[in-house]
Amino acid sequence: MRATSVSRLLTAAALAAALQIGSLGMAFADTTLLNVSYDPTRELYKDFNAAFAEKWKADTGETVTIQTSHGGSGKQARSVIDGLDADVVTLALEADIDAIAKGTGKIPENWKSRLENNSAPYTSTIVFLVRKGNPKGIKDWGDLVKDDIQVITPNPKTSGGARWNFLAAWAWARAANNGDDAKAQEYVTQLFKHVPVLDTGARGATTTFVQRGLGDVLIAWENEAYLSLEELGPDNFDIVTPSISIKAEPPVALVDGNVDAKGTRKVAEAYLQYLYSDVGQKIAAKHYYRPFKPEVADPADIKRFADVKLVTIDEFGGWKEAQPKYFGDGGLFDQIYKPGQ
Amino acid sequence: MAHDFTSTGHHTSETVRTATSESRLARYGLIATALCFVALFLLLPLAVVFTEALRNGPGEFLTVLRDPETFSAIRLTLLVAAIAVPLNLVFGVCAAWAIAKYEFKGKAFLTTLIDLPFSVSPVVSGLIFVLLFGSHSLIGPWLQSHGIQILFAVPGIVIATVFITFPFVARELIPLMQEQGTSDEEAALSLGASGWQTFWYVTLPNIKWGLLYGVLLCNARAMGEFGAVSVVSGHIRGLTNTMPLQVEILYNEYNFVAAFAVAALLALLALVTLILKTLLEMKFSAQIAASRRH
Repeated sequence: MRATSVSRLLTAAALAAALQIGSLGMAFADTTLLNVSYDPTRELYKDFNAAFAEKWKADTGETVTIQTSHGGSGKQARSVIDGLDADVVTLALEADIDAIAKGTGKIPENWKSRLENNSAPYTSTIVFLVRKGNPKGIKDWGDLVKDDIQVITPNPKTSGGARWNFLAAWAWARAANNGDDAKAQEYVTQLFKHVPVLDTGARGATTTFVQRGLGDVLIAWENEAYLSLEELGPDNFDIVTPSISIKAEPPVALVDGNVDAKGTRKVAEAYLQYLYSDVGQKIAAKHYYRPFKPEVADPADIKRFADVKLVTIDEFGGWKEAQPKYFGDGGLFDQIYKPGQ
Repeated sequence: MAHDFTSTGHHTSETVRTATSESRLARYGLIATALCFVALFLLLPLAVVFTEALRNGPGEFLTVLRDPETFSAIRLTLLVAAIAVPLNLVFGVCAAWAIAKYEFKGKAFLTTLIDLPFSVSPVVSGLIFVLLFGSHSLIGPWLQSHGIQILFAVPGIVIATVFITFPFVARELIPLMQEQGTSDEEAALSLGASGWQTFWYVTLPNIKWGLLYGVLLCNARAMGEFGAVSVVSGHIRGLTNTMPLQVEILYNEYNFVAAFAVAALLALLALVTLILKTLLEMKFSAQIAASRRH
């Protein structure tokens, strides 16, 4: 009896495994696209994917399923370089797509010029999220380095948003000191002394601030800040727009090497194009991204964006120069950030 | 289990005392400490998980579990466990058998090697497989040209899980088999049993409780592993997210009820295996005592 009960158990386990593998195979029947994206775009692409699938069905009669993967932008780029089979990448910054182009050759060097507006169908900027009523009186970047202020921002090494945060802070300090980069570096060094924890992605930093209640101010994507207000109630937080911020351009790109291997080029190209359509722009604005063509979006959505002086990445010599200088190995961030000091 | 405790000097002044009892104060103190500890670190978190999960009633609990992405995460977790556990069951028995019953060169080394997944951080284990199967590895390009997807797909998750849960069965069996020695097997062989018969009718019944325990631990870890799986998963929704990864995703999407519902289900699966084990132990308690386990 003992022997048979053991063998029966083994047979049952093997059967269960076989059944599972069988049923898993069926999930691959339709055309599927994989969009590898960064952290805060979850809600945006949930909506957009549904809209695109509907349009594609209406136009061609084909069913397309769009899978998404979200994480810190740098980490996501790393995964694509290591072989994650993305059809399109929609990341937080150019440098991450450049890294894929360079690391795999699956994206041509000129990817940025293949779509309108430097391949950025929507832009965003960096704002502050503070606790309701702004108890610490935070108005601008200068207030972040006051004695009793704790600042939450993710790690610029792994998070694209954090790199925009870093450069926005730098831009303000440089402007406040008549263009003196040494003074700016001093300010950013001070700023990171006020950061108790570095999360790997923007969403992780938001949860640290919002859920775990750490810190007095979260430096965040504008869209991420508004989303937290929407999800968690406006009674808990306020948004503070600083005097200067940066125009963040999260770009999108086709991964040619992968779509050609999978035969999904046509639908992947249409997917990216659809981001620039009226529908795509409306959805972006609804999710608090500043659309490339604000005139086609809902005016009520556009009205929510505060007027703010925006510097661009060009003031840092573009990403090709800024990435190694500020965030490369041994770059300025490595020199500035020394935990525990 | 009996306390071989002999009363010391100060007990003599007191009246009727059994030799095995401490002072009442010490006894209640110890019990209270243990209970507080259990309540604080085991029951309270468990209770929180279930309260959060059932915050909006059991109807919502079931609805969120039926979400396609969550459902696929549950299915993937069960699939991974269904592959990893039998593999490690077979391996664990083989390894324990070899180590406990035979003398050979490099035995100590093999024993150490089996413990490797315990001593390496799970994240590092995951990265090992990225280095092994990634596009920039030696075999990565070959795999790609043949259309074999290991990393960021189900096979990678299975491999990482097998690696992580490697030691559980072997670790459980080696001391048990060493303690039991080889005399039963020698008797069987001298009575004319074949090697296979000896294993099936003599060794296996002797070790089955240890084996069951090892399998349960292995299964719990296979379903619950986060670090290594997170590195090799690629986090594709509805495809390569296991239950622990899905918990993190839902939590990060402000979907707290759903996150705790999945967490509760995961805890429930672990509890079911534990209850199953307790029931079996109760039913076969006589046999267990006979097999001299611990």
